[in-house]
Amino acid sequence: MKKEGLLNKTWFRYILNAACILLLFGLISILVSSGVVNRYQAMILIPVGYNIILATSLNLATGFLGQLPLGHAGFMSVGGYASALFSMAVDWPAAIEFPVALLIGGLVAAVFGMIIGLPALRLKGDYLAIITLGFGEIIRVIILNLKFTGGAFGLRGIENHTTLTSTFVWVVISLFVIFALIKSRHGRAIIAIRENEIATESVGISTTYYKMVAFSVSAFFAGIAGGLCAHYLTLLNAGDFGFMRSVEILVMVVLGGMGSIIGSVVAAIVLTLLPELLRGFSEYRLIIYSLLLVIMMIFRPSGLFGRYDFSLSNSLLKIKGKITNSSRKKGATHHES
Amino acid sequence: MTFLYQLINGIQIGSIYALVALGYSMVYGIVMLINFAHGEIIMIGSYITWYVMSQMGLHPAIAILAAILFCALFGALIEKVAYKPLRKSERLSLLITAIGISLLLQNTAQLIFSANPRMFTNIFAGSIQIGSRQFSNATFVTIIVSVLIMIGLTLLVNKTKIGKAMRAVSEDNDAAQLMGINVNHTITFTFSLGSALAAVAAILYCCSYAQIQPTMGSMLGLKAFVAAVLGGIGSMPGAMIGGFCIGIAESLTKGYISSQLADAVVFGILIVVLLIKPTGILGRHISEKV
Repeated sequence: MKKEGLLNKTWFRYILNAACILLLFGLISILVSSGVVNRYQAMILIPVGYNIILATSLNLATGFLGQLPLGHAGFMSVGGYASALFSMAVDWPAAIEFPVALLIGGLVAAVFGMIIGLPALRLKGDYLAIITLGFGEIIRVIILNLKFTGGAFGLRGIENHTTLTSTFVWVVISLFVIFALIKSRHGRAIIAIRENEIATESVGISTTYYKMVAFSVSAFFAGIAGGLCAHYLTLLNAGDFGFMRSVEILVMVVLGGMGSIIGSVVAAIVLTLLPELLRGFSEYRLIIYSLLLVIMMIFRPSGLFGRYDFSLSNSLLKIKGKITNSSRKKGATHHES
Repeated sequence: MTFLYQLINGIQIGSIYALVALGYSMVYGIVMLINFAHGEIIMIGSYITWYVMSQMGLHPAIAILAAILFCALFGALIEKVAYKPLRKSERLSLLITAIGISLLLQNTAQLIFSANPRMFTNIFAGSIQIGSRQFSNATFVTIIVSVLIMIGLTLLVNKTKIGKAMRAVSEDNDAAQLMGINVNHTITFTFSLGSALAAVAAILYCCSYAQIQPTMGSMLGLKAFVAAVLGGIGSMPGAMIGGFCIGIAESLTKGYISSQLADAVVFGILIVVLLIKPTGILGRHISEKV
């Protein structure tokens, strides 16, 4: 059955989504420039942005590949340091320097992801969690002991490049790439590994290759997020990228639903804004996080959204279908009477 | 002499790791779960001992007993509340729950006792002079107590009825149930036993390192876990060997290379072990069934 209608055409879907993204961006910038959202609130939107990137990229490895890496903050710190060191070393105009620095951060993180992934992905489940945790800790200890990363004092004097616009652009890029990857042939292979690794291998899909793809793409975007974070905070401290940070990202993924991108986005927004709104409860923040993790796992292990993913065109199609259905029913009853 | 000194220090910290690693290994053997909250039991044990001894002013022996009993009960409680409902669900959920429990305990302790470190009075004060070096009594007490516990534990697992039940459950859960073994009791007992060992390790650790804080358990727990993996997770003699190896490696790194890199070396060992022989020194190889 061939589906007719504009909404079923791929190009129309792309244009529709692009228009919505532009509208959203326009809305945010109007809100900021008109002062409805004040400067402080606008600044919080940047961590919201890079947390979205972190959560979705971890979701690629956890929700879609079905592994549990516990060193995501390690990739983030590698990317952050790499891009910060680059932007401090060169003196190009910010418009060129910043994207290049971010890309370098992402690439370095992806290379680390491959170096770690190649041996680590031979293991599975618990062992993979432990080995990535170990690598995360090693990265932290090494950064703390190197000279050019500022050691225990942290890296200071990073140029402040991260703006709301650039964060928004990178969030869109990373969501698009991860979404497109999942919907492609490669993505189906990755999901197949999650469902049954042995069966996947026996139909001739190279599990190692696809694991590496998912793992390094995940690390790449963690690196990008690290770069955004570095150029936003203007100082980096290796101590901030320990095991706890990895767990915080994991909480976002688990809460939103392992295998749901919209879930990760919503969870990242909520869990970044919530502590800002509840300043007085900051000491309870991690207690609430951990309780959430345990309660979610016992009562709703699939997370808030499960594996549901939002698609604008499909939702519109559904609405349209409902309208035509109901009008057809009305017509039918009318005819009978 | 320096070498001997570092070696004895290594054996001391190694025996603490071994005690904790035994807990990890026993629990993994029975429910196939890496109990991330095990490190936090060490922290709780330390705080209980400190509280009973320094705040309530009671005799150290009572404090030690209280800590061991409390931790044993607490370990069983965690199993009942958090892990039991998930026993049939995916491994990933179980692992995430364990991480959640660990974070929960750590942050609750931070709220109750504050993040500031507390001073722990050494129960086994005094020192012995060997050659030109001073060794504290705590060092020898630690080594002797650990070795005695390990002998006791080996006897318990191999000679008693409950030990037999533990081995049976770790061999095949369902078959054990069919043979009339109460699997739930056995699992609870294993968690309590592991937690009691962690409490002993906590007291021994605090006597040498004097400081306790809410985050002390996580690093100690992770290193003990590395020891368990090195020895072969699920194997008890493996956990002991692994504990001593990690302790000695760490102590020698601190003595000869750099004290900051000690953690990196420990995790480096973990990675090398996982790559070369993921089942560890004494671990059984479990073949995968389709």
